[in-house]
Amino acid sequence: MTCDEAEVLIHALIDGELDAGHARDVEAHVAGCARCAAQLAALRDLHDAMPVQGLRHAAPASLRASIERVVPSPAKTDRRALLKGFVAGGALSALAAASVGIVILRQDRDSIVVGEAISAHLRSLQADHLTDVLSTDQHTVKPWFNGRIDLAPPVVDLTAQGFTLIGGRLDFIDGKPAAAIVYRRRVHVINLFVRQGADGASSTPQFEVVQGFNVIRWSDNGLALLAISDINREELEEFVARFTAAARLAQQS
Amino acid sequence: MMAPDFNKGDDAAQRFRAAALPYLDDVYTLARYLLRDSHDAEDAVQECYLRAFRHFASFRGGSIKPWLLAILRNVCRAEYARRNASIVVTGGEEDIAEQKSEGLWDDPPSPETETLRRLDAVAVQDLIARLPEAYRETLVLREINDLSYREIADVVGVPVGTVMSRLARARALLRAAWLAEEKDT
Repeated sequence: MTCDEAEVLIHALIDGELDAGHARDVEAHVAGCARCAAQLAALRDLHDAMPVQGLRHAAPASLRASIERVVPSPAKTDRRALLKGFVAGGALSALAAASVGIVILRQDRDSIVVGEAISAHLRSLQADHLTDVLSTDQHTVKPWFNGRIDLAPPVVDLTAQGFTLIGGRLDFIDGKPAAAIVYRRRVHVINLFVRQGADGASSTPQFEVVQGFNVIRWSDNGLALLAISDINREELEEFVARFTAAARLAQQS
Repeated sequence: MMAPDFNKGDDAAQRFRAAALPYLDDVYTLARYLLRDSHDAEDAVQECYLRAFRHFASFRGGSIKPWLLAILRNVCRAEYARRNASIVVTGGEEDIAEQKSEGLWDDPPSPETETLRRLDAVAVQDLIARLPEAYRETLVLREINDLSYREIADVVGVPVGTVMSRLARARALLRAAWLAEEKDT
């Protein structure tokens, strides 16, 4: 990474706009470059010195009240008709978003999560770090997470259905710890990430293809789940269906 | 045109109030920084909420805060146009200043390791108010309204790369002004 690149990216770093991989790259550059390190220190200092709460303005109560009950007079409406240039929705055009050249920036919270899950999935395949606890026994994998993460991930054995449990791992996604439960289908690995979601939230599985990987996300009673693999869509959907059914069964017993 | 009535109690009005009113302070804050006048800011916010309500049916979901701020920004631009029509002198001055400083990396600021002295909020508000418009709006949207780069790009209608360079420039200018302020006091 050059200093020119780093000078722009240190802002993105401070603003939390970089994924974990790029954040590491910037930090590595800064560690070896006194000039960029000074820039970063100056930025952090400015950031810390900003009295952010004091910089906000509270809307006057009278304004709030008049917005709540406002019925504009015809005269005002006429003046307003002169103010042109507003096209509803167009202000936030998808085209503007498409003109973005820097793909490393996050689009929103969701795509950070998916992006980091993909990074974690790739890491787990590359390094000798697929599992922290290597066991095909759900009664070994499930308790392993106790005390390591603040949730009880559902761990179920799906060997009979063609998805072999091979272990568990602790990972981090979007700054939060995630339980990774690892399954194998023939030679393919499925990482199932379980994280704390919104309280009590449940949602139906959503399928998407991201960077060539098949991803299914859903939530179940406050847990946010994400399955990722290079197996085909039908098989991944079958996995999610069987996992969900088995987890429900395990919960009832 | 029929005036929208928030008290009709129909579903759309209820949904609009529930979705949009929590961001009133955000919208008002941006209006204060863009217009630098509390009275004009109140007018602009009121106008913004009227327009937002009128076009609420076309709001396509997602985060409503950037949508509201984009409308507010359009209202403020109309206000600039009105001001420029009555006060001819100020027209375009900031644009020129912006073009000059758009060559962002021509003169990178020398590394500063000095720690900024803490200033009170009013003093910092004043420093921000004196930034050229394009930098001021980007800085406020990021630091105070807490939008992501992508959301800022959508609100302002520029590519994310432009948001990043404006933000970098805004922070460099703010820091320089801050240090100058310390020396003066």
